[in-house]
Amino acid sequence: MKARDKPTGQKVKSILDRYQRDSGMLVSVLQDVQAEYNYLPKKSLAQVSQGLDVPLTQVYSVATFFKAFSLKPRGRHIINVCLGTACHVRGAVGIREEIERELDIKPGETTKDFKYTMETVNCVGACALGPIVIIDGKYSGQMKTDKVKPLLESYD
Amino acid sequence: MVTLTIDGREVQAEEGTTILEAARESNIYIPTLCYHEEVTPYGACRLCLVEVARNGREKLVASCLYEVAEGLRVKTNSERIASNRKMIMELLLARCPNNKAIQDLARQLGVEKTSFKLEDKQCILCALCVRVCQEVVGVSAISLVNRGVDRQMATPFYEPSDVCIGCGACAYVCPTGAIGFEDVGDTRYIHWPNNKMEFKLRKCKTCGNYWAPEKQLDYIIKKANLSPDAFDNCPDCRD
Ligand code: SF4
Ligand code: FES
Ligand code: FES
Repeated sequence: MKARDKPTGQKVKSILDRYQRDSGMLVSVLQDVQAEYNYLPKKSLAQVSQGLDVPLTQVYSVATFFKAFSLKPRGRHIINVCLGTACHVRGAVGIREEIERELDIKPGETTKDFKYTMETVNCVGACALGPIVIIDGKYSGQMKTDKVKPLLESYD
Repeated sequence: MVTLTIDGREVQAEEGTTILEAARESNIYIPTLCYHEEVTPYGACRLCLVEVARNGREKLVASCLYEVAEGLRVKTNSERIASNRKMIMELLLARCPNNKAIQDLARQLGVEKTSFKLEDKQCILCALCVRVCQEVVGVSAISLVNRGVDRQMATPFYEPSDVCIGCGACAYVCPTGAIGFEDVGDTRYIHWPNNKMEFKLRKCKTCGNYWAPEKQLDYIIKKANLSPDAFDNCPDCRD
């Protein structure tokens, strides 16, 4: 997928068709739109609302409720830093700060070149391996601050 | 019809109705904030909690949601209910310490002060406005957005709504008066807790008074299939 694909009505239309415009599939439709664009473009929320015949208010509520959805464009790589208790006591905050310094973004933000988005989670259930950083779903355990830079650089 | 007991009193109620409705039928008072008979109950405020006995165990339930059943035993005023309700009231008071409706209800329930951290909100997120706009007005201009501590009542994207007709039903029904609503000259202002909108009012052809939002009148004309000039005059000037 190209990084900055412009939202087009056609792609959302085929997603809507795939779910037969069933309003009960709102969350699945939004997941697919998000997978397509990496975020939920405003225009496509209106299109989903029309296509499923669900009020825009409800689409917007769902889109802003789940953490997995983003209304802002996100980077090609999603970094998740675990700040759960176990990771926290093993220095997760230092790891987060190192990533903030390296990329010049805060949690929830995206780098200007749309390469990385950083987010935080509270425990991913792998506490024994903490502190944990997950990039694009791949887990890196026992993180140290000096391992942050090489890890980030291994993505393009 | 089913028979249940509320506070030791035998009460008849239609199947499918809620404990709250059955209690009101029998003039038994249960405090509520988010309930309105015109819309689907939502169970947001939890003030309406009562105790029901099931399999020998008593549990607390929201009476606006819990349906009546044959032989159900309900208490509306036990120690346990009172202390839980006071706790809920304290939380509401901490959220809206400067809200008149919340202050009054707190006082009525014997809550003078709250031990929780104070905020300064007016909206309790009961979604009554949301439900009325959708179910009664038939519009759905507003909803609850975000989650957790960021939860708010707003229009999509916090932008002026395309579909809002400026009827003010949301302001009218709000139990805490969190929605501002004012007509000044030829304009109606609606102030929701997190964004606002303006509406042009229509001028009466006879007396010249501005009397209702253009959008609302157009909406009614369309919905009820009326002639386009049906609302040229205000109700006072109509023959
Ligand atoms: S004023 Fe707008 S938001 Fe409020 S009930 Fe009427 S249509 Fe809905
Ligand atoms: S605290 Fe990080 S995985 Fe549990
Ligand atoms: S009236 Fe039942 S929860 Fe608000």
